[in-house]
Amino acid sequence: MKLLRSAAAAALFVAVAGVGLSAEAATPKDTLVMAWQIDDIITLDPAEAFEFSTAEINGNVYERLIGYDYNDVSKVFGVVAESWTMSEDGRTMAFKIREGKKFASGNPITAEDVVFSLQRAVLLDKSPAFIIGQFGLNKGNVKDKIKETGPMSFSMELDKPYAPSFVLYCLTATVASVVDKKLVMAHEKDGDLGNGWLKTNFAGSGPFKIREWRPNEAVVLERNDNYSGTKAPLARVIYRHLPVTATQRLLLEKGDIDIARNLGPEELSAVSAKADIRLQKAPKGTLYYFGLNQKNPNLAKPEVREALKYLVDYDAIADTIMKNLGVVHQAFLPKGFLGAIDGKPYKFDPVKAKELLAKAGLPDGFKVTMDVRSTQPITGMAEAIQQSFAKGGVKLEIIPGDGKQTLTKYRARTHDIYIGQWGADYQDPHTNADTFAANPNNADDAKAKPLAWRNAWDIPELTKRTEAAVLERDAAKRAALYGDLQQDVLKTGPYVVMFQQTEVAAVRKNVENFVLGPSFDTNSVATATKN
Amino acid sequence: MATSQAVQGGDGRFDALLRLARAAGRFVAMVTVTLAGLLAVTFLIGRVVPIDPVLAVVGDRAPPHVYERVRQELGLDLPFLQQFLIYCRKALSGDFGTSVLTTNPVMTDIARVFPATVELSTVGVLIGILTGIPLGVLAAVKRGSVVDQFVRVLGLVGYSVPIFWLGLMGLLLFYARLDLVSGPGRLDITYDYLVTPVTGMILVDSIMQGQWEVFRNAFSHIILPAAMLGYFSLAYISRMTRSFMLSELAQEYVTTARVKGLSEARIIWRHALRNAAVPLVTVVALSYAHLLEGSVLTETVFAWPGLGQYITHSLQNADMNAVLGGTLIIGTVFVFLNLFSDLIYRLLDPRTR
Repeated sequence: MKLLRSAAAAALFVAVAGVGLSAEAATPKDTLVMAWQIDDIITLDPAEAFEFSTAEINGNVYERLIGYDYNDVSKVFGVVAESWTMSEDGRTMAFKIREGKKFASGNPITAEDVVFSLQRAVLLDKSPAFIIGQFGLNKGNVKDKIKETGPMSFSMELDKPYAPSFVLYCLTATVASVVDKKLVMAHEKDGDLGNGWLKTNFAGSGPFKIREWRPNEAVVLERNDNYSGTKAPLARVIYRHLPVTATQRLLLEKGDIDIARNLGPEELSAVSAKADIRLQKAPKGTLYYFGLNQKNPNLAKPEVREALKYLVDYDAIADTIMKNLGVVHQAFLPKGFLGAIDGKPYKFDPVKAKELLAKAGLPDGFKVTMDVRSTQPITGMAEAIQQSFAKGGVKLEIIPGDGKQTLTKYRARTHDIYIGQWGADYQDPHTNADTFAANPNNADDAKAKPLAWRNAWDIPELTKRTEAAVLERDAAKRAALYGDLQQDVLKTGPYVVMFQQTEVAAVRKNVENFVLGPSFDTNSVATATKN
Repeated sequence: MATSQAVQGGDGRFDALLRLARAAGRFVAMVTVTLAGLLAVTFLIGRVVPIDPVLAVVGDRAPPHVYERVRQELGLDLPFLQQFLIYCRKALSGDFGTSVLTTNPVMTDIARVFPATVELSTVGVLIGILTGIPLGVLAAVKRGSVVDQFVRVLGLVGYSVPIFWLGLMGLLLFYARLDLVSGPGRLDITYDYLVTPVTGMILVDSIMQGQWEVFRNAFSHIILPAAMLGYFSLAYISRMTRSFMLSELAQEYVTTARVKGLSEARIIWRHALRNAAVPLVTVVALSYAHLLEGSVLTETVFAWPGLGQYITHSLQNADMNAVLGGTLIIGTVFVFLNLFSDLIYRLLDPRTR
């Protein structure tokens, strides 16, 4: 009885105490707080990380040899590298390292660190290692091919005379980040080159350093006072994992976060009407497309492939589901890449589609399934496509699934149609040509499994042309080669590319100079300020 | 005579020991069967779900040789039975392996996420008990009245409204509009790093370290999600309390008490509720265990880094080490809460002694 009375009193106290407990809203002036779905992070080691969020985080905490201009990606410049030269035969690149740079630990950056970092990426051979490995580097030869030639210089030998821009763009990727050899090797265990330690720690020289990663909760960055460039104005940047977009919106409107990164079209429209919030946008190198498995006899007919390209209401989707999130784009190279074409030959035209289907011997249409990841905007797009397909007589059955589930099916080539995204791995056109327009072996047990393979598209001729394009050293000629490849894939390919992603961040107006670049590793907080 | 007493005393002790041994045996058998079942089920789930665990490690864009190497590292190329035996051997030796998603040993992850869930559930179940029991008693006493109807509707809503929606509405009203509580997360960023984690429960740690500002802030964060969970416990607890109380109030001893002239309050709170409390213990323990599983949706809406989110995220990525570790924790919690409620039951009900 007494116990119950005391309990009731305690409950009353709790209820009363709860009133007016709200914290002082607004984030501290020297701290930028961003809400972002960062549950994709599985490692912070730049030689291993290959996710969007780690690309951005590592882009702010590590430096690479080479960088490029966010506004004009054709302009590359040295970051850790001061200069470079290509040998006449186009097979050896010599780099000079910039003097006076330091890691956050205080250790100086030397050629030894750069050579170690590149060799380490190839030796560890994790997911992104192929970006450097594709120059003919492997575990067996990398120590001979990438060598110090002096305390502040090194050379890199290539197996073929690749286009120099291709090599340079690959060196702008996260995997080519320069890590602090002394610090990393001090934590080496069982010959892992410090990988186990660096998965959750940091050894870089960028404008920020990583203080902490709490999985599925937050990543905390702090200013690196040893940074050799202009010091970051902010003392801290916090990426908070907020899985629900509606919550991101609430916190942004209240001022408890400064930037929301995952808002949907309706939420974006709503917050953009607020006086203290603005939208910041940047086109990204990610495409929304659906792939047509050529193992399905109907989808293997060229007329059917073309008909389906006429059965998507691109403009309607762009104005609704993809509003603010993307623009209509149909070629496999995103706008901004060397040789990207802007042609949009396909419009929603059910009459034309029906003609093509009749030509293919399917005047009454056919039934087909689509594997759809249960997340927006993919689900919305799939539903819109289901409706527009129906107008051409094609009955589309949507099979919803979790992201990894639909992907597993796609990679096993057991889908009919798979709808999803494809993001460029680095800023050179070869990144997408090599997956959309090359398929060295279409057998089920093939070694390389690009998107063309996943859709069982056997293209020996196009594969040869893709391999030739990466060796073309004349930039104009090279651009023309990619233009032709895109035209051919656009016409005959088993992909219906629909949109190029626009990244949108809803930003409180007191935040300035936060940069959304053309790729996630160029999204920068280095210059961001808060008023 | 003395001998006979000694014999009787010895028999009593022997019986008590026998009962204790039987109870211990039952407990060990229950734990063994439960854990063995969990091992088999989690293993099967990991192999039956149409998700490729290698993808969680290498991502979609890794070259085939990297994919193949990781598949072998995870032992997925071995025969099914061999995989199961390795899995059991490791689990039995206490090695739950490393989570592929966080790169930490699974037990380190659980030590990080479980206290967050315990903290939330404990506050939640306290709210459920402190509101549910009085409401249930009131509903039983005023059976058929407006109060009774109100408690019934309250319970019904608690059962039927999706917690995801209720959580968002709660945030919209109490956080965004009325500004009474803090938003999602466990703490405002200004209070980060002020408390050194000891138990991992911020409320407890901040009291231990005398950080009252941190306590106040943590409390303002926990109160809304805990109230949501508390509401769901309330729904269950109040209904069960009402039903137990109705049955007690119809007993003859209540009539006797009234005839003796005892006050109504005394009859209800001291006599009837005390008897109704016996079965209520099990109800409360079940509610608590249910909350400790980690309420995935509440944790998601309130960005609460707890066990529910951890297991769900791991399952979506076929990170089976993490799923197993999490499931075993839940299994263990259930077993112990069952045991605990049995003990309390015995203490409260003299007939079971």
